[in-house]
Amino acid sequence: MLPDWAAATRTGTGPCGGWLSFGVADRAVFADLAMEHMQALYTAALRMTRSPADAEDLVQETFLKAYRAFDRFEEGTNLKAWLYKILTNTFINSYRAAKRRPEKADVEDVEDLYLYHRLDELQTAGTGRSAEEEFFDRITGDDVKQAIESLPEAFRIAVLLADVEGFSYKEIADITDVPIGTVMSRIHRGRRSLQKALAPSALAQGLVGSIEPGH
Amino acid sequence: MTSEGKAVVAGESEIDCNETIYRLYTYLDGELTEDRRQEIKHHLDKCRDCVEAFDFEAELRAVIAQRCKDHVPDTLRERVRDSLVEEERKQQNTRG
Repeated sequence: MLPDWAAATRTGTGPCGGWLSFGVADRAVFADLAMEHMQALYTAALRMTRSPADAEDLVQETFLKAYRAFDRFEEGTNLKAWLYKILTNTFINSYRAAKRRPEKADVEDVEDLYLYHRLDELQTAGTGRSAEEEFFDRITGDDVKQAIESLPEAFRIAVLLADVEGFSYKEIADITDVPIGTVMSRIHRGRRSLQKALAPSALAQGLVGSIEPGH
Repeated sequence: MTSEGKAVVAGESEIDCNETIYRLYTYLDGELTEDRRQEIKHHLDKCRDCVEAFDFEAELRAVIAQRCKDHVPDTLRERVRDSLVEEERKQQNTRG
């Protein structure tokens, strides 16, 4: 789908806002616009590095690189996607190598609607509320963050960009430099795996009582 | 069969729950072709079970996006600001 160039505004309004239409080589303006994405970039950096100290370094490096490469930033391009490309490349090239924890490269296959079916098997006694409602109310940010961070890197990045940042398949393919079919597969399989990773949180809430081991 | 006839058939062809669930993510991501999207919509209009599953997945995604946020330390904002100011100073020196 093509962006509506005519309607593009300076900062955009959608989940991936940031369509630029200024033509002045103004670094200060650029820095201000880039800084608006600080929160999203820091969140992504934390999920990628799984370390606050590394995440801060990664974000600073991303802004510096973006600032230096400002001349090569094409007007009318999605600024947020461009910043994410720099962040992702920097992470893969610099931070991944320094990582101490070895990790699996692939996810196991998890059935469709894994969590939905697990929750569906339960009746929440006496409350008159569904297990789904209880789950959504009680699940915490830490549960979600830990579940995302438990995914292997390629899947973690794909799910993060799609579900937390709201990028399209095409944008994610551009950011991560992998074919769109691979992006789709990583997002879909990563999501199913994420559901399995979230199930223990539901269990801790006393909700999911019947998760079979190895299922 | 005329091309017009084909279009009607494509729009009204029946798909089952398995295929609907198989396309759930692509549908929610807004990445399906219009024909496919209509097929799913058509099925959802008639199938309560699939609607419930779709609603759950949509809400799960909203909850994940909403709760996966981190507070940016003020020190990081300052650090980035300072490093950009420093970079600008360096570049101006280089340019003379």
